[in-house]
Formats: sequence, C-alpha cells, structure tokens
Amino acid sequence: MKRTVVLLAIALTLAGCTGTAGDAPAGGTGTAPTGPGLTGTLTVFAAASLTDVFTELGDQLEAENPQLEVQFNFAGSSALATQLTQGAPADVFASANPQQMDVVSGAGLPRGTPVVFAENVLEIAVPPGNPGGVTGLADFADPDLALAVCAPEVPCGAAAEQVFAAAGVDAQPDTQEEDVKAALTKVQLGEVDAALVYATDVQAAGDAVEGIPFPESDRAVNEYPLAVLTAAPNAAAGQAFVDLVRSEEGQQALTAAGFRTP
Amino acid sequence: MPAPLLVPAVLAVAFLVLPLVGLVVRAPWSAIGPQLTRDGVGEALRLSLLSATLATLVSLVLGVPLAWVLARSALRGRSVLRALVTVPLVLPPVVGGVALFLVLGRQGIVGRWLFEATGFSLPFTTAAVVVAETFVAMPFLVISVEGALRAADARFEDAAATLGADRWTTFRRVTLPLVAPGIAAGAVLCWARALGEFGATITFAGNFPGTTQTMPLAVYLALQRDPEAAIVLSLVLLAVSLATLLLLRGRWLGRAVHA
Repeated sequence: MKRTVVLLAIALTLAGCTGTAGDAPAGGTGTAPTGPGLTGTLTVFAAASLTDVFTELGDQLEAENPQLEVQFNFAGSSALATQLTQGAPADVFASANPQQMDVVSGAGLPRGTPVVFAENVLEIAVPPGNPGGVTGLADFADPDLALAVCAPEVPCGAAAEQVFAAAGVDAQPDTQEEDVKAALTKVQLGEVDAALVYATDVQAAGDAVEGIPFPESDRAVNEYPLAVLTAAPNAAAGQAFVDLVRSEEGQQALTAAGFRTP
Repeated sequence: MPAPLLVPAVLAVAFLVLPLVGLVVRAPWSAIGPQLTRDGVGEALRLSLLSATLATLVSLVLGVPLAWVLARSALRGRSVLRALVTVPLVLPPVVGGVALFLVLGRQGIVGRWLFEATGFSLPFTTAAVVVAETFVAMPFLVISVEGALRAADARFEDAAATLGADRWTTFRRVTLPLVAPGIAAGAVLCWARALGEFGATITFAGNFPGTTQTMPLAVYLALQRDPEAAIVLSLVLLAVSLATLLLLRGRWLGRAVHA
C-alpha cells in the first residue's frame, strides 16, 4: 500500500516535470499525427452548443495523450469573445458564429485564419407529446402558447429573427432567453410549449424533447469557426485539438450530434 | 486611528470601490445620452424598481414574523428551521430559479394545480420576477431582523407583559419600535439584493422587455452585443440605487437609527 503511494507520487512528479517542458512553444502548425507527446493543460473556449461533442473529443484526446488535461469553458459565444478580448487565457476558441470570431480576430487573437468546421440550423423543440400542438414556425405567432426564443443579442436569437423575417411570422414569444441551453431547459421542464433552438440541442436532449424541423431554417445557417489563439499557453495541444475536430473522426462525431459539416 | 484597523479598512474600501471607479472611467460619456434614451432602458429601470420594492414589501410582511419566531419562540428545531430558511443565501440563484419552477411552474407541484384550475401560469410574468427576487432577498431581511431582536433588551417585553399586554400587543407596541432600525437596515439590504438579482429571475421569470426584463438582465444582454451600452446601463442602476439609499438614510433610516 505504502509503495503504491510512493510510486504514485513519483509518477505525479514526473508528469509535473514533463508538463513544464511541454509548455514551451512547440511550433505545431503541421497537420498533426499527435502521438502521445502532448502534456500540460489544454484550455478550449467553445460555444455552448458544442458541449457534448467537444467533451467527447476532449476525452478522446486525453485518452491518446495520458499526460494531457483538457479543460473546457462552454458558454455563449459572445460571452466567450468578451472574456478572450479581456485577456482570458485559452488555447482554442470555437465560436457559434463568424461575428464573435471576428470580435476576437479584431483583437488579433487567432493564429492564422479561422476555419469553418461545422454548421448548425434552427429547429423547433417541443415537450414530449407536443402538448401545445405545435406544427411549424407559424405557431410562434400564437399568443396563447407559451414560447421561448433566444434574445436577439445572442447568436441563436439573431438566427431566430432571420427565420421569422424569412417566413413572415410575427413572433410572440413569452421569453427571450440568454442562451440556447436556457431555452431548451424551459422545454425540458415543460414550462413552454415550444422553443426555437439548434438542431443539435434537440439531438442532445434525446427523449426529453421532440424536434420539428422547418424549411425556413435554411435561411439562417450558423457557421462555426475555430482557431488556435496567438497567446495560447499550449499551442501544440491546441493545434492537435483543431486537427482532431477537422479529421474524419471529428466530423463524424459532429454529424452524429446533429451538425451539418461544411 | 490604530494602524491594524486603518490599513485593512483602507484596503477594503479600495477593493470595494475600485471596480466602480473602473465603470465610471470606462463609461462612454459622450454616448451616454443616446444610450439612455434607447428603447427599453426606462422600462427596465421602472420594472427593476417596482419589482424590488414589491419583493421588499412581501419580505417585510412574511419575514419579520419569521424573524420573531426564530428569535423569540420556544419552538423545537429552531436552529434547523433557521438553517433551512437561509438556504437561498448559499444556493446559486440559477438553481433557485429551477427550484421555483419545480414548485410554481405550470408543471410544478403547486403550479400544475393552479394551471389546471385557472389556466394561469406564473413563469414569464412580472409576478414571477417578484417571486424570484423575494426568494433570494428575504433571507437577508430575516437574518438582520433576527439579529436585532436578539440584541434587543427582552426586559421591555417582560415589563409590558407584567402590565397586562398580550403577546401581540407587546409585539406591536414594544418589540417593533425597539427593533425598527434593524428592520429598516434589513429592508434596505433586501431591496438592494432584489434590485441586483439576476440568476433566479432570468431562470424563473425569463427575459422579456417590459414584462420581466429588469436592469441586471438588460445589462447582461447588452454585454453580449455592446459592452459600452452595458456599462451605461450599469451606471444608471448604480446611480439610481445609491440615490435611493442616500435618500432613505436621510429621510427615514437616519431618524430610525437616532431615535
């Protein structure tokens, strides 16, 4: 027992040492057979809608690189962009729309040009059994239904405004949620009859909600750009993560999560 | 003044005041006029003041008696009760909002019933804002008033009792005036907390301009698109709350304290 503890201590010390070594900039713009060489901590700032698929890919990268720890900060893209321009330390930024990546680009933060790695469209989410009898986007004009959309200040809200305009629907929501997960939560709790969320959120919620696709969603396709950041403390791991996301494997995981791939 | 007190006190002031200085320094003063007259700012401010004031009134009506029970009654399990009613102090407000849904939402334990009977559902209404703010802010009042009651000299109440006053009369005529400064301080604390409330409100009441969008919600959403507007809105909320507190202190709280 005691020996195990000692061995563990040694192992941890060693891991610590290599971690320090790995912090040195390792070039890393190549296309990446990542190998077991990555160490230290990788910090990824990613749009809330990427929570499930990125967590899965992060676990995979950790499994391939036992000395690497992947940390995520999932939040609304605009909140993340604000944090980054205010100097939050991160290696990778994945935004749910090009505008927020532009905010970060404006501050000179990404290395090279950000790449679009996924696309997402809106879908109507309703509680199981569809108690409000919602059939399409036109139902969002019904003042008798309890309806949630995202606030126009956040990307999913801007997309909602676009599809409502395209469909000529005068939406009567009861609440404009601060992000898409909050809108989905209201559906899961059964407190609204329908919410306008991303197709990926419907997919992620499983049986807890039902999804209703609608044709006008094509009018607001959200492109997801991704970039390693200039000030990345662990650029090598950041590049490895970007490569993993763009690999066939990563793209399959994204498709399974309800994204379209470019 | 002894240095062991002065130095930490100065540090405390710097720590608490510098963030405000930051807001004032970074404020886009030239753009402040247009920002203020933008749609919805007045509405959000009005809604904030209204809901925080209503939440404080509800907290006074329910919270002062609760504080009395905690401080004066011989109830068994009082300490457990005290711990329970202060739960909202440690609960992350967003969790508080979800908890309110589970009880008062249209699928909630109580709310379901109300919805089936009347078709009324509380979430996403101005009343829901008041409920969320009361939930988060009332414990501040209860703790303050309970502290005041414990510090108050119970012999005045005993004297009133020996002179034939029943407990209700004693409470109204002796206890309440005795702890008035504590109640006033608790009410101010409660009002301030309600005014700044964000998490429980946006979760339980949602966000809709004119109905449930209070200033903190407006600030948060402005930050998503236009950080300058967020700073202006923050300053407005700050100025209005400081003005209100100073006014109260001069007019009413001051008198209560010196009485």
